[in-house]
Amino acid sequence: MRSRVKTGVALLLTAIMLFPVYWMVNVSFTKDTDMRHDPPYLFPVHGTLEGYRAVLHQQMPYLGTSLLVGLGTVALTLAISAPAGYSLAKLRPRGGGVLSFVLLMAQMIPGIIMAMGFYAIYLRLGVLNTAPGLVLADSTIAVPFGVLIFTAFMSGIPSELTAAATVDGAGTFRTFWSVVLPVSRNAIVTVSLFAFLWAWSDFVFATTLDGGGTRQPITLGIYHYIGNNNQQWNAIMATAVVASIPATLLLILAQRYVAAGVTAGAVKD
Amino acid sequence: MSRAEVAVAAPARAPRRRSGQWAAWGFLVPVVIYLIAFYAYPLYRNLDLSLHKYTVRSFVQGGAPFSGLDNYRAVIDNPTFWPALMHTIVFTGVSLIFQFSIGMALAVFFAQNFKLSATLRALFLVPWLLPLIVSSSTWSWMMNSDSGVINSLLRAVGVDPVNWLTSPSWALTSVIIANVWIGIPFNLVVLYSGLQAIPSDIYEAAALDGATSWQRFWRVTFPLLRPVSAITLLLGLVYTLKVFDIIWIMTKGGPTDSSTTFATWSYKLSFGNLLPQFGPGAAVGNLLIVMALIFGLLYIRTQRRAMS
Repeated sequence: MRSRVKTGVALLLTAIMLFPVYWMVNVSFTKDTDMRHDPPYLFPVHGTLEGYRAVLHQQMPYLGTSLLVGLGTVALTLAISAPAGYSLAKLRPRGGGVLSFVLLMAQMIPGIIMAMGFYAIYLRLGVLNTAPGLVLADSTIAVPFGVLIFTAFMSGIPSELTAAATVDGAGTFRTFWSVVLPVSRNAIVTVSLFAFLWAWSDFVFATTLDGGGTRQPITLGIYHYIGNNNQQWNAIMATAVVASIPATLLLILAQRYVAAGVTAGAVKD
Repeated sequence: MSRAEVAVAAPARAPRRRSGQWAAWGFLVPVVIYLIAFYAYPLYRNLDLSLHKYTVRSFVQGGAPFSGLDNYRAVIDNPTFWPALMHTIVFTGVSLIFQFSIGMALAVFFAQNFKLSATLRALFLVPWLLPLIVSSSTWSWMMNSDSGVINSLLRAVGVDPVNWLTSPSWALTSVIIANVWIGIPFNLVVLYSGLQAIPSDIYEAAALDGATSWQRFWRVTFPLLRPVSAITLLLGLVYTLKVFDIIWIMTKGGPTDSSTTFATWSYKLSFGNLLPQFGPGAAVGNLLIVMALIFGLLYIRTQRRAMS
């Protein structure tokens, strides 16, 4: 019985916590004419798909760019952080401790300041408002995280496994590619998921480095909406709902990886 | 509160073979080049910006005269400086207090096993996973003065509605509320896994000694959770210092700078005006980096100590 009371309290707390998310969905289905109704409709009683129609007509290019930038960021992050994690975990490079420290500090630097530096550089190079430029900048959020996750995970791979590969005549790269990477599936999934999600969600780099581009990500799609037609809140919220799909999928399909990513290293296991 | 970033201690040392060093560094070459090109160089450019007198013309073409610490002096003399500093401290401090205490209460609550506890705990992660532009614009609409659901709730219970985002006395509070909401999941998850690490026989012993649940929290849980708490708070501090998206999207630092922090001020100087002031903008940014790195070092020290 007491357990049931606790479940009830937990349900109530979750409902309060998730109310803004519900409200976003509710508003996305609300008709323009009902938008300023007082008191507001708690359910989309005269529901409409106007908002989603607007998404379909206006936001598809933005969603496409975000998808592209997200996948590019995942590829770049994996390519750089997996070998580095392998080296730090298994090959004991001289100075590896210093490198780990630098990576830790790199995570502390505010994105907005990185964005300013990137802006100055990109302006001279002429890569402002390009997708590859955005991929590079977005990857700076994920690469330090990736190296630290790979290092932690690969440290746990038994040395017998890599030693056996060496006995069989595999070189260091072969061992990495054919032995270490395949067993690091969990780390690869965790890093990819977060790299994608951060690139998809990024607003700071998008607004500074891609503000004038023809190919803009969905975060800017929403931002322009707020700035331009701030009456059409169903369209804004419908775009917000669509922009939340990757996060939702992530939570449903890969929940244990998410929790692992949040707590990794912050707590001693 | 920003995204998860993690710390992992360097792996344990073992004897090194000289021949292996080439291979080891071979695998590190990409990340080292990457760090130099995409971390060190932008930061250097930023420092360079703050030490020169840039105009839009010299920003594009180069050749700005060296001006020493002039930009920093100008920034400190700027009437926005002290309010921005105060707002940064209040925003960070108040956000942390609420995120941490609510996160802790929820972690203790969810640590009791009851039906659906794992599922509901997972749902609590949603605010943290949503893109910041999504949560910020949702909060903006909820806090709308005339048509927002929060004010209509206030009217329903007979309280005067509040101009959440348009009144200078409420704007900072409003962005703090949104930021607390976004930061609770991180605190909950980290503190929860800290709780899981406390052996249950300690609680059994305390229960045998007749400790109430309140005493068990303050005498057992809280002290044993101190290292994890310190790490959570320091990480939270570093992330909250650099919050930009939420404030910029909800209030743009306004009205009249009433919710301006160092992060939004720095952006506003460089990009928010018709005439960009890159030098002062970079100077504010560098002051923010120094603040973040001080607490970052403190965090790493605390974490190393907790690990050993």
